[in-house]
Amino acid sequence: MKSEFEWTRRNLIGIENLSPEELTFILDTAVSFKNTFDRKVKKLPSLRGKVIANLFLEPSTRTRVAFEVAANRLSADVLTVSGSSSSIVKGETLRDTALNIQALKADMIVIRHSSAGSPHYLSQVVDIPVINAGDGAHEHPTQALLDCFTLREKIGDLRGRKVAILGDILFSRVARSNIWALRKLGAHVTVVGPSTLVPEEFISMGAEVSHNLRSALTDADAVMLLRIQHERQSQTHFPSLGEYTSLFGLNQERSSWLKPDALIMHPGPINRGVEVDSDLADSSRSVILDQVTNGIAVRMAVLYLCASANEWQKRENNQ
Amino acid sequence: MSSEKIIIRGGRIIDPASDRDEVGDLFICDGKVSSSFDEKDARIIDATGKVVCPGLVDIHVHFRDPGQTHKEDIRTGTMSAAAGGFTSVICMPNTAPTCDNAGTIQHINDSISKKAVIRVYPTGCLTRNMDGEQLAPIGSLKRAGVVAVTDDGKCVQSNDLMRQVVTYSKMFDLPVMDHCQDSSLTQGSVMHEGEWSLRLGLKGWPAAAEDIIVARNIILSELTGAHIHMQHVSSADSVELLRQAKRKGIRVSGEASPHHIALTDKYLSGYDPFFKMNPPLRSESHRLALIEGLRDGTLDCIATDHAPHREYEKDVELDQAPFGIVGLETALPVCLEVLHRSHGFSLPKVIDLMTAKPARLMNIPGGTLAEGEPADVTIFDSEKEWIPSREEFKSKSFNSPWLGITLKGRTEFTLVNGRVVYEQGTIAETER
Repeated sequence: MKSEFEWTRRNLIGIENLSPEELTFILDTAVSFKNTFDRKVKKLPSLRGKVIANLFLEPSTRTRVAFEVAANRLSADVLTVSGSSSSIVKGETLRDTALNIQALKADMIVIRHSSAGSPHYLSQVVDIPVINAGDGAHEHPTQALLDCFTLREKIGDLRGRKVAILGDILFSRVARSNIWALRKLGAHVTVVGPSTLVPEEFISMGAEVSHNLRSALTDADAVMLLRIQHERQSQTHFPSLGEYTSLFGLNQERSSWLKPDALIMHPGPINRGVEVDSDLADSSRSVILDQVTNGIAVRMAVLYLCASANEWQKRENNQ
Repeated sequence: MSSEKIIIRGGRIIDPASDRDEVGDLFICDGKVSSSFDEKDARIIDATGKVVCPGLVDIHVHFRDPGQTHKEDIRTGTMSAAAGGFTSVICMPNTAPTCDNAGTIQHINDSISKKAVIRVYPTGCLTRNMDGEQLAPIGSLKRAGVVAVTDDGKCVQSNDLMRQVVTYSKMFDLPVMDHCQDSSLTQGSVMHEGEWSLRLGLKGWPAAAEDIIVARNIILSELTGAHIHMQHVSSADSVELLRQAKRKGIRVSGEASPHHIALTDKYLSGYDPFFKMNPPLRSESHRLALIEGLRDGTLDCIATDHAPHREYEKDVELDQAPFGIVGLETALPVCLEVLHRSHGFSLPKVIDLMTAKPARLMNIPGGTLAEGEPADVTIFDSEKEWIPSREEFKSKSFNSPWLGITLKGRTEFTLVNGRVVYEQGTIAETER
């Protein structure tokens, strides 16, 4: 890497507080990790001997497995603690769970939690790096990183590009992290969906707010679809999945409003036939599975950078 | 000891109830404010450069006694009050068991007479077990000694039941204090709904949840003639609703808490549970509207909503932490800073909002230094800087947003019934 930039963070709590330089640095680092994917021996020795604890207190497939794969590729040992099998169900507090994980000599904690702010809280409790793998409706920084990585890989520089985020924005940590990230990288962001799920206040984060699908999609370079979390909104935020699909589902006709080569993205899990036509999800414009693969590269970058910053800081403190 | 004579010498005596604001000596004899007497045999307290005012009155505290005495009890709660300059408080009925029966009130009154270092007035519930379903035995509660009725912390959602409650309470001349919250709008809510809740990914708590109930209460007060008091008003629109109602002569009143006039929702950005309370800290425009409400009399007084929780209870994920902060020991300096120094309220005006006005509003004694009245007196140094610390708090809990923050203004002496109960950091040993 030719950059003079020096990475100093040992925690990754959110995108909001990252500078554009830091964001770009992670993405550039991820590029060099992705270049190792085609090697015969895919394992790098960077984090050999380190133990990474995956503390997943909310269900997850993609994110948890991608963090595991990323850690394995860096030769770290991974221990996974999930909510249902942990002492949290016995009433242990998050503080005590985390302190125990630290006492078991983990070198880093990756946390997924339904409470917004819990990674921030955890970073004040433990002395080891904390990586946010999604906290409530707050942030999901590595998802935004892999989304931006994928966009940069496919369409290059994001300055002046137009991205629409479509769906349940109100309850979405993916949307929040992506708004911060895309804005910092110079893209225009429009959040679009039903008025009950896309409140005006998103303007304060630098996004445009729209309830008109056509105007939001017109000339967009990419559209990010979000899963409709109907179990969460319990019928009060929109009447039915059918009505949602008829008004805001992405289908062939509506996708023609996008730029011809626009990308269709989705953080998963997909509800086929609800937020997106099944055929579109599998079409050549869909980069949904590229996103998943790129999730390994950005998480390798994040684990590597935060672990390294922590090592340097420990060394400096000992001097 | 009861015939002890005290002369508080050379302080600035401010007694808004009698329009008094002058440097002079305050004489106390046999527990009462008295005319001057010879200084022989009298204890002299030098108050030069200090303010001497009626003991502060807080009509909204939680002492958790009985039931949750790990958080606070009547002893530590009243110690905390005395350290903050308060001589009279009204405590809320959400104890365990709740104050929905005369027996519990009797028990609390026994505790007060054994353990309290200041005056404590209990309240009773509006509904049985504060469940919002059946009328509590308000007549028996009145006979047992409650000064007001409230389901504080739980707002009666049924408009029909609320109408009956206020009509029934009026028969006993009991003010109804209401915690105004439409709970259908606040399911799972953590903080004020706005830019910050959106950014932080926390479930928003719209001001409308308060406004709807304030409007309802105004309508029911007009209908029934009952006095309904709105607790800890936090919303600008609620202030405006109250302003219009008062203009029409409707018997409604309101209080503001020190934290709502000092802090805003942006302080939640660090997910610190010591900034989580109900109602939540709101945005700057709401905060300023509360201050204007206090200025023009729309809001009648300051009340702390002193709500102790132990650190370990608050030390969890923000959305799982209990609501509430302690307030008794920081209320005076916070109000001096916000109202007096930042917003031009005179010192007598601030003291009025913390003494005579709340006492009269709830028909309890105190709030005056008139001759012959019980000598409940606070002496404070308005310029003294200090830093609240967990070690120094007299409360069992220290869930305060002002921990480690320099405050200006501190109580030096608190006297109840002519006896010094707090003196420069120390609670006086009682004779019991």
